[in-house]
Amino acid sequence: MIQSIHPLIITIGILFVVVNTAALLIWLERRLLALWQDRYGPNRVGPFGLLQVLADMIKIFTKEDWVPPFADKPVFILAPAVIVVAVLMSFAVIPFSPDIWVVDLNIGLLFFLAMSSMGVYSVVLAGWASNNKYSLLGGMRAAAQMLSYEVFMGLSLMGVVMMAGSFNLREIVETQKGMWFFIPQIFGLVVFMVAGIAETHRLPFDLPEAESELVAGYHSEYSGMKFGMFFVGEYLGVTLISAFITTLFFGGWLGPSFLPPIVWFILKTFVFICFFILLRASLPRPRYDQLMAYGWKVMLPLALANLIVTGGIILAIG
Amino acid sequence: MISLLRSIWLVFLHMFRKRVTIQYPDEKPNLPPRWRGRIVLTQDPDGEERCVACYLCAVACPVDCIALQATEDNHGRRYPDFFRINFSRCIFCGFCEDACPTYAIQLTPDFEMAEYNRQSLVYEKEDLLINGPGKYPDYNFYRFAGMSIGGKDKGEAENEDPPVDVHSLMP
Repeated sequence: MIQSIHPLIITIGILFVVVNTAALLIWLERRLLALWQDRYGPNRVGPFGLLQVLADMIKIFTKEDWVPPFADKPVFILAPAVIVVAVLMSFAVIPFSPDIWVVDLNIGLLFFLAMSSMGVYSVVLAGWASNNKYSLLGGMRAAAQMLSYEVFMGLSLMGVVMMAGSFNLREIVETQKGMWFFIPQIFGLVVFMVAGIAETHRLPFDLPEAESELVAGYHSEYSGMKFGMFFVGEYLGVTLISAFITTLFFGGWLGPSFLPPIVWFILKTFVFICFFILLRASLPRPRYDQLMAYGWKVMLPLALANLIVTGGIILAIG
Repeated sequence: MISLLRSIWLVFLHMFRKRVTIQYPDEKPNLPPRWRGRIVLTQDPDGEERCVACYLCAVACPVDCIALQATEDNHGRRYPDFFRINFSRCIFCGFCEDACPTYAIQLTPDFEMAEYNRQSLVYEKEDLLINGPGKYPDYNFYRFAGMSIGGKDKGEAENEDPPVDVHSLMP
């Protein structure tokens, strides 16, 4: 009995934790941004303002859920769900600790890349279905940005795959027992991090939504919980990329044994989430052509060079 | 690249700076004495109303939030019969204070005037009058002005010479 419902408990547990993390990130982000801007941020609702999340949730659930009459209704409704589903699917392959994971796919990494590509659909469909110039521009930008950054997001991870000799995330973590991959794969880490920010279209690469130019980009026409879904999707994306940086480059659950493995995993992920927010607090948004040029002219060659050098060294060592 | 890393680092260091925020209801802001807040009508040191109902404040007011009606007491002193400021319109520009020839109308460092009912923001004279001279403790308009009122004739004001009998100046 216990054996049969154990996976179910883990699945629901992970889903619960991940979705709540995404909600809490709203609070965390606002507090951290405030911290870096010499303010306090939300600190009045409940202890440290933690209940702000709850207040925001109540607010967004009671907002009018409006579909514009000119929108393509089925697609408009479908789009916000796609991003959340796509991102949540990726969490299935993450090994949170030696005995907490949902599926042990031997192509876990490929599955993650595939699912993060699915996220593009959400943004493009939202931009298209809104039937609004700014939304469409946002959607187009998102498509171009995410497609081009995906190319070397995948390439940057191949160094890790070569060193681990596997696409299985558990095995990748296991092979990091000697040395975490961020030392030999430092360029891979840099490229993956940049690509990760672009994939989740977070600031500084938030061109698809760019408030100052495109109103709110692809989600200009969204309100209520549909907009909330994009938000949750974005925060889930941040958590996902942080979790993957932890897993692929910083030894996942590995760490000194005075803390349980899951705590190590959460701690490392938390640090990267904070780093993502720090990037948002400090860097300006590049121009669109700069973003594309940066992707194709700097990041792609870097990823390819990293791939070749890593391959060469592995071949030489034998 | 270096500049990006530098700005990330500098923003990170802001974590340890002093906060700019004043946590308002718990912690009161330090308002300067010239802060333009709630408007009051002051009294002169003898405890009489300073306002002479000259209407200059009402004229100066860019949003027309001041309404008053002049009248005169039996000593010949002018005073406002009613004096009404609609604070839901007031923009706290302080022009009324500048216009006032008798320092009667003054702005104070108080901004906590929130009300649940808009009508409660209309302040009548009783609400506006304070029991003191405000920013100018010694100033008493009628003791400086040449105006004759009951108990003070022409020439009896401070630094004022008695009136000259023009007929005595004849050559």
